[in-house]
Amino acid sequence: MNLRRVHLAALFVGLWIAVYAILEPSVGLVISLIRLEPGTRLTEALRFFLYEAPKVLLLLTIVVFAVGIIRSYFSPERTRQLLGKRSLFAGNVLASLLGIVTPFCSCSAVPLFIGFVETGIPLGVTFSFLIAAPMINEVAVVLLFGLFGWKTALLYVGTGLVISITAGYVIGKLRVERYVEDWVYSIKSQELALENKPLLDDRLQAGFTAVRDIVSKVWIYILVGIAVGAGIHGYVPENFMASIMGKSAWWAVPLSVIIGVPLYSNAAGIIPIVHALLEKGASLGTALAFMMSVIGLSLPETIILRKVLKLPLIFIFVGVVAVGIIIVGYVFNLVY
Amino acid sequence: MKVKILGVGCARCNDLEQKVRHLNDAYQLRLEIEKVTDLKEMMQYGILTTPGLVVDGILRSYGVIPNDEQLLQWFKEQHS
Repeated sequence: MNLRRVHLAALFVGLWIAVYAILEPSVGLVISLIRLEPGTRLTEALRFFLYEAPKVLLLLTIVVFAVGIIRSYFSPERTRQLLGKRSLFAGNVLASLLGIVTPFCSCSAVPLFIGFVETGIPLGVTFSFLIAAPMINEVAVVLLFGLFGWKTALLYVGTGLVISITAGYVIGKLRVERYVEDWVYSIKSQELALENKPLLDDRLQAGFTAVRDIVSKVWIYILVGIAVGAGIHGYVPENFMASIMGKSAWWAVPLSVIIGVPLYSNAAGIIPIVHALLEKGASLGTALAFMMSVIGLSLPETIILRKVLKLPLIFIFVGVVAVGIIIVGYVFNLVY
Repeated sequence: MKVKILGVGCARCNDLEQKVRHLNDAYQLRLEIEKVTDLKEMMQYGILTTPGLVVDGILRSYGVIPNDEQLLQWFKEQHS
């Protein structure tokens, strides 16, 4: 085994802890050094940005590293095996849970869909996986944890699971097999002889690769998202959002979802903005619904899926998930 | 030697193609590189994640971008 990489990983974690420990005092020092006039809008916005941006980026690095290692224990091939002979409901639950930990990129959605259907995994179970995988991802969870705390992060994961389980179950019950493109069922692929069997060394490498791939891709969205959030924080008047995205407006939840579905952003860009909106009086259910529809349903993914699904099934898929998100939004507005 | 890269327009598939083309030029491997975007052909190899790499009809990797040494080993193995 390559000990160098183990040392490297230990060094990385140690360094991370050190930087995290001195983060707050050093940001405080920077703020006192640039001598901002207290109480002005610019100061408020800047302070918000300087505190949140480094914290969220740091959290993201360590979580992506950990998730990269965890994911090396789950492959789509193994997930497919595990889902093979499940009944509808148990299958939906398992598929949603596996959707969280199995590495997934929406560009692989089509091969994955075909591969699942071909081995006899029910359509509804396949959909549970396809809904959970993009919606509940580590970037979203980190941002929610960093900006809102662990309760909201858990809430998001929980409701995301409820939606992916129920939506998949409903789609399964609707008997929509006829809306899958016919050629999908005619495919006969050869057995995958090749099995990737990673060693500890490979797993650590997977963690580093995940950090490089994901952090290098999303950091700019996070910074822009937090900057916009900081602007809202400093400049938008208190309770401004209450009339638009507040509880009293019954149409706010469906409208947020209708706007959110075609909007495509990753969690990194949208969550800091949602954070600021909440601060200005938007209600949690409405904000949650908006966030989920932006992250969980994306136009590019549905366009890719059109290759294997006929149009009615695309609409059923988007419709069922959207309705699920709307219901969750209303429930949260009622409870909180 | 025929090299097929399986993938429908994802960023990582393009990365792998670039890498293989680069190695081909740098080491004068004279590979016949083909990008496979047809789903039916792609799925015959049974992969669930892209990109897939097929060297002379044998699926060598899927879902990952192999490193240079690994790629060269596959390309040269078949030569001898």
